[in-house]
Amino acid sequence: MKNWIDRQKNIIDFTLSSLFRRKGKNIALVSVFTLVVLLLSSVMFFTYSFRKEASIIMEDAPEMVVQRTVAGRHEMIPVSYIKIIQDIAGVQEVKARLWGYYYDPVTGANFTLMVSDEFPLEDGTITVGEGVSRVRLIYEGDWVEFKAYNGEIFELEVVDFLSVESGLVSSDIILITENDFRRLFGTTEEYATDLILRVRNPREITTVAIKVAELLPDTRQILREELLRTYDAVFNWRGGLLIVILTGSLLAFIIFAWDKASGLSADERREIGILKAIGWETSDIILMKFWEGLVVSLSSFLMGIILGYIHVFFIRSALFQPVLKGWAVLYPHFNLTPFINGAQVASLFFLTVVPFTVATIIPSWRAAIIDPDTVMR
Amino acid sequence: MRRTNFFFIYITVCFSLFILIFLHASIRRSREKSALYAKREMVHKFHLTDLCLFTEANYTRHLSQADLHTPFQDAPSSLEHFPSGGIVAPPEIIRRINEKLD
Repeated sequence: MKNWIDRQKNIIDFTLSSLFRRKGKNIALVSVFTLVVLLLSSVMFFTYSFRKEASIIMEDAPEMVVQRTVAGRHEMIPVSYIKIIQDIAGVQEVKARLWGYYYDPVTGANFTLMVSDEFPLEDGTITVGEGVSRVRLIYEGDWVEFKAYNGEIFELEVVDFLSVESGLVSSDIILITENDFRRLFGTTEEYATDLILRVRNPREITTVAIKVAELLPDTRQILREELLRTYDAVFNWRGGLLIVILTGSLLAFIIFAWDKASGLSADERREIGILKAIGWETSDIILMKFWEGLVVSLSSFLMGIILGYIHVFFIRSALFQPVLKGWAVLYPHFNLTPFINGAQVASLFFLTVVPFTVATIIPSWRAAIIDPDTVMR
Repeated sequence: MRRTNFFFIYITVCFSLFILIFLHASIRRSREKSALYAKREMVHKFHLTDLCLFTEANYTRHLSQADLHTPFQDAPSSLEHFPSGGIVAPPEIIRRINEKLD
């Protein structure tokens, strides 16, 4: 056993010296390989953690939302619909939601204004999310101007803030009283933005949705399952830009492996020829090349994964930020909770380290079985 | 020192850091559990339906509440122009129906 270990150590020693002789080329190779793994692992960590977190957070979302649609567009819903829905067997509770968007001309940001019974406020006061406070530079006790639907300007006092930690769900939210909401948007008490309902038996939810659709044909029902499915599909690997990043990275990697597999440089051939001439066996040369492939791919893989983790969970995916922010003025500051999928990490390992190592061995094996004299010429 | 030893030290350090990320993730998960449940509680309390991720357009702010014809809001076969639309995949049903149009 000791002999075997010593033999491997000697071969690795030789491999490292050989790699150091072509320092420039190999450093470039390791850097690009690391970058490819960094990019792939960042996408992997970000999307998996985001989807996992979304599935946990949205588990308590309303069981069903009923929207009214007019000419295919979302419209305010009559509060009288509550009575009709409440009479459906199995419905436990129906509530009206009041919410809307407010474009802030000062900053150019869009805020979500919400009325909540759970958060008691007095007329003339508001509670704002972390993003609103950051973008508008407002602090407790400040007054914020709003322009109503009829051009009237009125001020509301900031009395509280929603926690910074809840940014992922509340960054752009402004909690407002019902009276102020109606004054701002000019809606009457007979209308709400949409309705939410809870059903006694969760298995009856589809039946209830069908009944709502029959009784109120101008409505659209959105089930909680659909909400969860939406966020499961948000960063689906097939979706938009992700496929571009993944394809780019994979193509770069294929070019690498192809370059390695397609042949050896004149220097490398000569090296193999000399080693054969001084008595190395073909198996020793394959072993040396195996170690060479493993040294490059394993160090790059480990480094890439570690950097990918730091990128997503320590520096908030800084490389992806310009894409994620888009044209948004208000972008939530949030730290993702790290969820790692072991199977995904293993797949990345088998997709990068294994093919690269194999691609390094094949051309060397071809060169090693030729007569040393021919190879050296 | 032999180069092999340097290499093994390097790989051991990298491998330890690799194991450490799983450990770190698990520690952070248990530490942030209460914050995660606080967000869930907020969703329950305020009856929220969506995450505040893209605020550039109403249909990207509330992805699950968007009109079914949102991608065609400007013209019958107009292409999505908000950057976040490039990341978010449209619901499968829309993709299926309009595949030939795009």
